[in-house]
Amino acid sequence: MSAIRTVFVKEVLENLRDRRVIFSALVFGVLLAPVIFALTTTLASKRMVRDLDQPLALPVVGVMNAPNLVRFLKENGVDVIAARYTESEAMEAVRSGQRDFVLIVPQTYGQKLQGGGSAPLDFIVDTANSRTATAASRAQRLLHAYGQQLATLRLLVRGVSPEVLQPVDVRTLDIATPAGRSLLILGMMTYFCFMSMLMGGFYLAIDTTAGERERGSLEPLLSLPVPREALILGKILATAAYMSVSLLLTLIAFSIVLLFVPLESLGMSANFGPRIVLSIFAVMVTFVPVGAGLMTVVASFTRSSREAQTWLSFVMMIPMAPILVAVINNTRPSAALMAIPALSQHLLATGLMRGDPIAPLHVAMSFAATLLLGGVLIWIATRLYRRDAILG
Amino acid sequence: MIVVEDLKKRFGAVQALHGISFTAADGRITGLLGHNGAGKSTTLRILSTVIKTDAGRALVDGNDCAIQSLDVRRSLGVLPHASGLYPHFTGRENIEYYARLHGLDRRQVAEATEDLIARLALGEVADRRAKGYSQGERLKVSLARALIHRPRTVILDEPTNGLDVNAVRMLRELIRELRTSGCCVLFSSHVMQEVAALCDDIVIIAHGRVVVSGTPEQILSATGTMDLEEAFVRAADGSIA
Repeated sequence: MSAIRTVFVKEVLENLRDRRVIFSALVFGVLLAPVIFALTTTLASKRMVRDLDQPLALPVVGVMNAPNLVRFLKENGVDVIAARYTESEAMEAVRSGQRDFVLIVPQTYGQKLQGGGSAPLDFIVDTANSRTATAASRAQRLLHAYGQQLATLRLLVRGVSPEVLQPVDVRTLDIATPAGRSLLILGMMTYFCFMSMLMGGFYLAIDTTAGERERGSLEPLLSLPVPREALILGKILATAAYMSVSLLLTLIAFSIVLLFVPLESLGMSANFGPRIVLSIFAVMVTFVPVGAGLMTVVASFTRSSREAQTWLSFVMMIPMAPILVAVINNTRPSAALMAIPALSQHLLATGLMRGDPIAPLHVAMSFAATLLLGGVLIWIATRLYRRDAILG
Repeated sequence: MIVVEDLKKRFGAVQALHGISFTAADGRITGLLGHNGAGKSTTLRILSTVIKTDAGRALVDGNDCAIQSLDVRRSLGVLPHASGLYPHFTGRENIEYYARLHGLDRRQVAEATEDLIARLALGEVADRRAKGYSQGERLKVSLARALIHRPRTVILDEPTNGLDVNAVRMLRELIRELRTSGCCVLFSSHVMQEVAALCDDIVIIAHGRVVVSGTPEQILSATGTMDLEEAFVRAADGSIA
């Protein structure tokens, strides 16, 4: 027992002096991840705000052909720009990005309208351009509304109820909570948390096996009157400690960054008070033994630190795969999914951030499955440490 | 006291040891001599219990290396061929770490460390980080680390490799001191002069077998030469059986 503590204290102290370890444990999680997160969300929200607040600029060819339409548009806050294009010129202007979209009012417009027919309007837009999509759909909605207004007038003139035109009245009830809409962004956050957790123990896991062997300090260490299990357990505990601290600091950094990110303007909100941060930490920290065990096992097979680094960079992606699938598919939590480590922490953590009720069964499943796998991996690591081949 | 009986060890396709037997007595310096790859390090690694023998047995102070490995390691001080230090720790911290792992209490750790720092004349070097150590400084700290628990039996694997003259002298003096205090010292080398200058008993091994062993005089008469160097070359090349 005291040997485990001696090894643990030594590894923690020695690695505190290793700039490389501190850099990977702190810089990615505590600085880089929150900054990347803040930048992307701020940019996204800025664009959304700009699209909604800016007056819609609509280039119109043939303004004099439709004075009423133009007046309607202006009343609805559209900045109508009189433009002179032929149809092909207009298409070229949109294609080249010079204009976001162009409305063409043909000369036949007034004539058709007066005759009670369907008056043509050409709206030229590039639907593949996501930057202009919001503004374009706003313009289209206005044009549609103008058409509806005319139709209603025509029916009233003929003594017909305008409801004839609306045989079904679709009402959309949006039940998305603001926090629910931010799922993708919150998914990104749990991903960052896992990454920084693993990064925190990355170099320690390598150091305990490949690094110690490469330095030639493993053989004298193994000839001490200490069971090898005690040595490897002390080392894994130190790795786990760095991972846990890295995770906690990352969560704290996120909770601070979120104070400055205008999530509300994106129509989102995230619960990230101290209580939630601690709950998320409690949920995610159960993954630490899995990560520490897995990285140590893989590093035990490698012959040098460099080889261990290469392998571990791949291994770090494995726990991330289920999270990516879950984010893309918008997977809902279920008891069966809670048996999958990494995925279960992701689902529970996002649930906590969304403010969903958390089922105790789910928590129990997640804890049991994850800790079991962690135990198995650590056991494998101790078995590997007992082989002759550990000396390389 | 070290007793080695018919050790065999195979690594994959290579049979490293074909049955090694010898003894190394207390209060004497025993040299394990052989070319690179003869099986010196493998034998010493089995004795320090880091690897297990396939057959035969090795006893250190009466404890079997395969069965009572913790007892063996308790009475053994080992300086392996590769004896790296922790670069971010000072020499003193490196030594203290081993002292704690030997189960010494806080006071004993401090005393034993201070004692060895003085004995090896490490001085202020002990409080510098190991990262910038010279070969000689590194050896001194490794030695202090290996001797921190006052072992009865000391194993040194090619300790003089890459050392300058001063460091080699220091090492020889230390080994003689250990003999005077009644320790059993076993050290390996591939340099005959090295062994001749120091050893009471010599074990020459080649291709995983003991070719000849005994005092220098016995070896000279067994090989029929007047010169130890010549005796080694003949023995190691297998021209005598």
